[in-house]
Amino acid sequence: MAPARGDEAPAPARRAGRADRLLSSEHLTGWLFVSPAVLIIGLFGVVPIIWSVVLSFQSSDFVTTPTWIGLANYQALLKDPAFAASVRRTIIYTLIFVPVVTVASLAVAVALNRAVRGMRFYRTAVFAPVVTSTVATAIIFNWLLDPYFGILNAILVKLGIPAQQFFQDPSQALYCIVVMTVWGWLGFAVIIYLAALQGVPQELMEAAAIDGATRWRAFRRVQLPLLGPSTLFLVIWLSINALQLFDEIYVTTRGGPLGSTTVVVYYLYQQAFQLFNAGYATAIAYVLFLGILVLTVVQLVIGRRFVHYRS
Amino acid sequence: MSFVALERAEAGTPLVAGPEPARRRRRPSAWHLLLIPLAVVMVFPFVWLLVTSFSTLAESRTFPPSLPAGFPLQWIENAVHNYSAAWTQAPFGRWLLNTTIVTSVVVVGNLVFCSLAGYALARLRFFGRTALFLVILATLMVPFQVVMIPVLLICRDLGLVDTLGALIAPNLVTPFGIFLLRQFFKTLPVEIEEAARIDGATRLGTLVKVLLPSMAAPLATVGIMTMLWSWNDFLWPLIAIQSEKSMTLQLGLSTFVGAHETKWPVLMAATVTTQIPMLLIFILAQRWFVQSFASSGVKG
Repeated sequence: MAPARGDEAPAPARRAGRADRLLSSEHLTGWLFVSPAVLIIGLFGVVPIIWSVVLSFQSSDFVTTPTWIGLANYQALLKDPAFAASVRRTIIYTLIFVPVVTVASLAVAVALNRAVRGMRFYRTAVFAPVVTSTVATAIIFNWLLDPYFGILNAILVKLGIPAQQFFQDPSQALYCIVVMTVWGWLGFAVIIYLAALQGVPQELMEAAAIDGATRWRAFRRVQLPLLGPSTLFLVIWLSINALQLFDEIYVTTRGGPLGSTTVVVYYLYQQAFQLFNAGYATAIAYVLFLGILVLTVVQLVIGRRFVHYRS
Repeated sequence: MSFVALERAEAGTPLVAGPEPARRRRRPSAWHLLLIPLAVVMVFPFVWLLVTSFSTLAESRTFPPSLPAGFPLQWIENAVHNYSAAWTQAPFGRWLLNTTIVTSVVVVGNLVFCSLAGYALARLRFFGRTALFLVILATLMVPFQVVMIPVLLICRDLGLVDTLGALIAPNLVTPFGIFLLRQFFKTLPVEIEEAARIDGATRLGTLVKVLLPSMAAPLATVGIMTMLWSWNDFLWPLIAIQSEKSMTLQLGLSTFVGAHETKWPVLMAATVTTQIPMLLIFILAQRWFVQSFASSGVKG
C-alpha cells in the first residue's frame, strides 16, 4: 500500500474513500492498457508454450487426434543417430561462428572508431549486410561460391589453387555456411562494440598515455576490460542465434549434401513439416531450448569471473 | 542511458562524417590499409550481385567470369530484360505489397500496444502486475521453434493460415518491445506526469501528449527492430503460407530460387529488387538503425 513514487500522498482518514476509488481505477486502467498485449502474448505465447509441453508427450501428425505416448519422443530422441549428428554439426558451427565473429568484430570496431577520412563509407559497408535478409544473403553466396561459374573459384584458379565444390562438397558445406553467416552478422557485432568503445571515457585513455603506456598497452589494459559486458552479451546473443541456424541452410543446401549441413533446427523442420511428426519435432525444440538455457547459464557464470565491470 | 552515451560519443567521432578539421597535407592514415580490404570484402558480394543482374545468361555461364560486355548500353538492355523477366515470371509486386502491409501493421501495432503495456507495467499499480511482467519475460526467453507448431495449429483454428493475418496477429505485440519501453519509462522522472495529472489529464492523455513525444529514441528502436524482423522473417512465413498470393518478399524469393536455379542474371535481378527497399531506408536512416541496434543490444 505504501506509495512507491509518491503517486498518492498518505491520505487523511476522510479521503480514504476517494483514495480507494483512485486505486481501483488504477487497477482498471492498468488492465485496460495491458489488455492487447495480454491477448496476443497469451494466445500466441503462453498457450503455445503449455501446448507444446503436452505436444512433446504426444504422437501427432497435425491432422488426426494426437495420442499420448509419455516420454517416448524423448527416449527415441536419445537413441536417434540422425539427431545426434545434427547436434554435433550445430556445436561445430557454433564453436567456429561465435569466436570468429566476436574477435573479428572487435578488431573491425577498433578500426572503425578512428577519425579517418571516408569513415562514413567504411561503416556503411560493414553495416549493410545487417539489413540484408538471410534469404538474399544465401542466394548471393550461392552464386559467389558456385562450383562452375562462381567468381571465388575464378580467383582461386588464378592463385593456382584448384576449383572447389563449396556447398556441394560434404566436407566443406558447413564451413561455407560459417563464412556466409559471419559476413551477415559481423556488422551487428561491430555496432555493439563500437557503441561500447565510444562509451569509454577519453580521459582514461589520456591518463594511460600520460603514464607512459603504449597504445597497445592502453587498449589491452584500459579499453579491453571495459568491453567485458559487451563481449559477454555478444557471445550469449551470437550463441543463441547460432544454435537456431536455419534460413541460410534452407536456401543454400537444404541440409545436404549427404546431410552434412542438417543442423538441429533444420532436422526439426524436416521432422515437423516433411515427415509430419509434430510431437517428435516439439521434443527436439525442447531439447534445443534446454541446450540454449544451459549454455547461457554457463556463459554467464564463466563471464562473471572475467567481467569486472557492469554495463 | 546508452542513447545519451552514444549520442555524446558521436559528437567526438561523428557517425555522419562532417568536414574534417583543416590539417594541411596530412598523410593518409595507415588504418586505410586495414579498412580498404575490409570494405572490399563486405561490399563485393553486393557489387557482384548487381553486376550479374546486368549480364546476359550466356555471360553468366562462362568461366572464368568477367564483366559483362558493352558498358553502358548493353548493360542497360540486359538489365531491362532481367528485371522485367523476374517481375513477370513471379508476382513480386504482390509480394512487395504483402510485405509492406504486414510490416506496417506489425510496426504500428508494436508501437501502440507496447507503449501502452510498457507504461502500465512501469507506472500503474494494478493487481497481478509483477506476475504479468514475469510471464512476459519468460515468453521473451523461449525460442520460436518451441512454440511454432502450436502457433500454427492456433492460426489454423482461427482460419488465419495462408493469409496475411497469420503473419500479422502473432507479431502485433512483442515481449521485446514491452520490455524495452518499460525499462525506458522507469527512467523518466515521475514529476512531469504528476504535473499533467494535476492539470486534469487522463492517464492516456499523459502518455500520448506528455511522455511519448520525448521518447523518439526508444520508439525508433522498437519500430526499426520490428520492421527488420517482420520484413526479413523467413521461418514463420515458410510454414504459415502456402499459396503464392499470400507470400512475403523473402518467402517468394526463396521459391523463385528453386524455379530459376541456374538462370543467375534473372535470379540476381529478383534479389536486388527485394533488398532495395530496406537498403534504401537503411542508408537514409543509418544513424537511427545503428542507435537502435546498439541500444537494443546494450539493454537487451
